[in-house]
Amino acid sequence: MRQAEAGLRELILEAEVYEHNPQRLYIRIPRERLTAAAQYLHRECGMRLATCTGIDTREGFEVLYHFSEDKTGIMYTLKVLAPKDDPRIESQAPWLPAADWIEREMHELLGMDFPGHPNLIPLLTSDTDWDKSKYPLRRDFERRNEAHEQ
Amino acid sequence: MSSRRVIPIGPYHPLQEEPEFFKLIVEGETVVDMEINLGYNHRGHEFLSPELTYDQIPFLVERICGICSNSHPLACVLALEDICGIKPAPRGAYIRTIIHELERIHSHLLWVGLAGHFIGYNTVWMWAWRYREHILEVFEMITGNRNHYAANKPGGARRDILPEQVPQILAALDVAEKKTVMLTNAVLDDPVIRVRLERVGVLTREQAIAYAVVGPTARASGVDIDVRRDDPHDAYAEVPWSVPVLPGGDVFAKAKVRLLETLESIKIIRACLREMPDGPIQVRVEEIPPGEGIGHTEAPRGEVFHYLRSDGSNRPLRHKIRAPSYMNIASNVLAVKGGSIADAALTLAAVDPCYCCTERMAAFEDGKLKYSGRELLKLSWAKTERLRERRP
Repeated sequence: MRQAEAGLRELILEAEVYEHNPQRLYIRIPRERLTAAAQYLHRECGMRLATCTGIDTREGFEVLYHFSEDKTGIMYTLKVLAPKDDPRIESQAPWLPAADWIEREMHELLGMDFPGHPNLIPLLTSDTDWDKSKYPLRRDFERRNEAHEQ
Repeated sequence: MSSRRVIPIGPYHPLQEEPEFFKLIVEGETVVDMEINLGYNHRGHEFLSPELTYDQIPFLVERICGICSNSHPLACVLALEDICGIKPAPRGAYIRTIIHELERIHSHLLWVGLAGHFIGYNTVWMWAWRYREHILEVFEMITGNRNHYAANKPGGARRDILPEQVPQILAALDVAEKKTVMLTNAVLDDPVIRVRLERVGVLTREQAIAYAVVGPTARASGVDIDVRRDDPHDAYAEVPWSVPVLPGGDVFAKAKVRLLETLESIKIIRACLREMPDGPIQVRVEEIPPGEGIGHTEAPRGEVFHYLRSDGSNRPLRHKIRAPSYMNIASNVLAVKGGSIADAALTLAAVDPCYCCTERMAAFEDGKLKYSGRELLKLSWAKTERLRERRP
């Protein structure tokens, strides 16, 4: 077993590891343990946060933290799930600047909340004429596409 | 602090001709802080992608960027191949590698030229863009386009490289190599350029790791990462090449890393053309099964990252795209601090922020449009044919 994977299983007993192939690992963890897991991967294993993906699923908002172990080329993806009525995940930006912009982006485009983020203001949407109660990456966002209406 | 002033660069960058806004906070001549505003040209590709089919998406993501227009579709098809668990056809893999490296050469030469322009050394600018032209002609010959090559598809490449085209590619590489060596020596030995670029806009190794910067920006700060070597795809594991890494972290190191990489790319293309196997250029992909896949590749500016989730239909559920400048521009906040205002414009450009330059021309005569879009297209096809008939 890979060293980082073994360490992560030891640190977080609830971790469910799914190996898509030897280079791509997906690890589902409870959202309360995200900071511990991310700190382990970045600080102990020297991994780089490539980016995060926020997905609106039936079960809730799924946030994926993609860590790249550059010395082996293996992608470790931490998966956490936040319920729709409580879309909060602890911010990683205070200790990891690489998470700063992507958390701001998920905040404005998916409506996630990241408690602890030092500067959770919109990154990409307009300051003046964007309706801040609308989140385009949510499933219930009204897509105004003429091709679909015909 | 009463002596603090704000100097805005943007929202329309005067030199880079790109919508971005850097708010420099200065005390006298020294930059003490900076705020970055983005999103003036946010086009919502992640929003558009789930409305398209898997056949259409590589063409959509190809239009994210005009300079690295091969990197996004390549990362996207790598993600699709990751979902399916397939490998591209060997010959297709070599063709994709060749096009990817040709793109790196033209992109790095473009940046070197711009860097020269930024410091007021316009000779470097004109030289570098002149030599870049040979590479663009190779692109036009083998793909039909100077930009937007449409070369990638899941399972391989969309277009073959014909045997009679190989001598022309090699001839263009010879020119590019000779001129890059000349340019490297001229630029790196010039005492004025050294004084202007050394110890300017330094990003330390620790800062580079904390901000997770990628590509030449990371490698110039001593972080030894390169997706092509670390997680090899296509033909990168099969040909010999090396990753230049420099410890300086300043603009000079960033320029040098890019010039050295250009020479490595030429080496990779020559090896690929020599060892390219015969056979089909693509394997057939019947359908994209449910699942998730990650594709990443080393664009000229650093790692391009694509994540796709499929539910088994012909459209993705979610398509996450992260371009390298997204990580690199954020680190500018550190690199400009403590420098002078005059250095800031150069430092901000040193990460090679990416912008689109795909519009080729519009000809006017006596205040009227001379050619219609269709006529321009015909002229363009005729030029491509001329390039294809030319022998070295």
